[in-house]
Amino acid sequence: MDRLLLERLNAARRERRAAVLVTQIEGGAQRLVELDQVNADPLGEEIDAALRSGKSGMVEREGASYFLTVQVPPVRLVVIGAVHISQALAPMAKMVGFDMVIVDPRTAFATPERFPDVPVLAEWPEVALPPMKIDRYTAICCFTHDPKIDDPALEQALRAQCFYIGALGSRKTHGKRLERLTAKGFGAEDMARIRAPIGLDIGAVTPPEIATSVLGEIILALRKKPLRVEKPA
Amino acid sequence: MFAGDDDILGQAEAWAKSGKGVALATVIETWGSAPRPVGSHLAIDEDGHFLGSVSGGCVEGDVVTEALDCISDGKPRVLEFGVADETAWRAGLSCGGRIRVYVERVG
Repeated sequence: MDRLLLERLNAARRERRAAVLVTQIEGGAQRLVELDQVNADPLGEEIDAALRSGKSGMVEREGASYFLTVQVPPVRLVVIGAVHISQALAPMAKMVGFDMVIVDPRTAFATPERFPDVPVLAEWPEVALPPMKIDRYTAICCFTHDPKIDDPALEQALRAQCFYIGALGSRKTHGKRLERLTAKGFGAEDMARIRAPIGLDIGAVTPPEIATSVLGEIILALRKKPLRVEKPA
Repeated sequence: MFAGDDDILGQAEAWAKSGKGVALATVIETWGSAPRPVGSHLAIDEDGHFLGSVSGGCVEGDVVTEALDCISDGKPRVLEFGVADETAWRAGLSCGGRIRVYVERVG
């Protein structure tokens, strides 16, 4: 492997950019394919499928064998609201392998004692989210019900193309939320990406049950939907 | 300490930058109950230091030897290993799997 190629692969991982290293087994020719180059690549379809599954593997094309080294950033789960559901979700998210962080400016809620499993930031989302550089490998759940806290997070999540955006609240609450987001300039297509009422419909009642339904919905979005959002027209 | 890809590929880059000969081994195919998944890496430097794994420790010795040859001649190669039953390293693991490992020089 060319050293510069290795440096680019490592840089992509550090910067949370998905990338696929294509190695032709016979002869060892290699190239690094990043998201914006997938469609133009001769192995575009195979690379796209590999990026969706997140798994490295061999592919055959016209008698030649290639190995695809797939590098996707680990899933991050940003939870807005250090509430009861978040307490149930934290150990579950950890078990699934998601990198979870909780953001809540209300210092009475956002204490490490309440959340032994995950980091808690007692900050407003406007302050906490930008340094995190949320991206398409990030899921966001808004659990506070408080527009002052949830809305700024939702706006940032929509702009960052997060693969999962969920917001707690009844249909009525969500209706009002959509009105506020419309006033902020978001379109119907953007807002259709917000899952509300949040969670798979499994009849969840208790906080751990709701956390389960939310986690299931995130996994569904991760595994069933392409993480690559835009396709050039 | 468990070495993730960050450490392994980062170490390979660091070795190469320090002027050392480096090879990278990658599991490219597995059959049966292979110990490490496809995509697992082992980085090797010219002195035989290594980080990561391509099996549970069964074939690393052979891979390192081949990697040192690869560092010398620069030719990528594909190695194939059957994981013998007697080298099963963990109770309950039904071995007998096979793995293919791609070894290449970094340079």
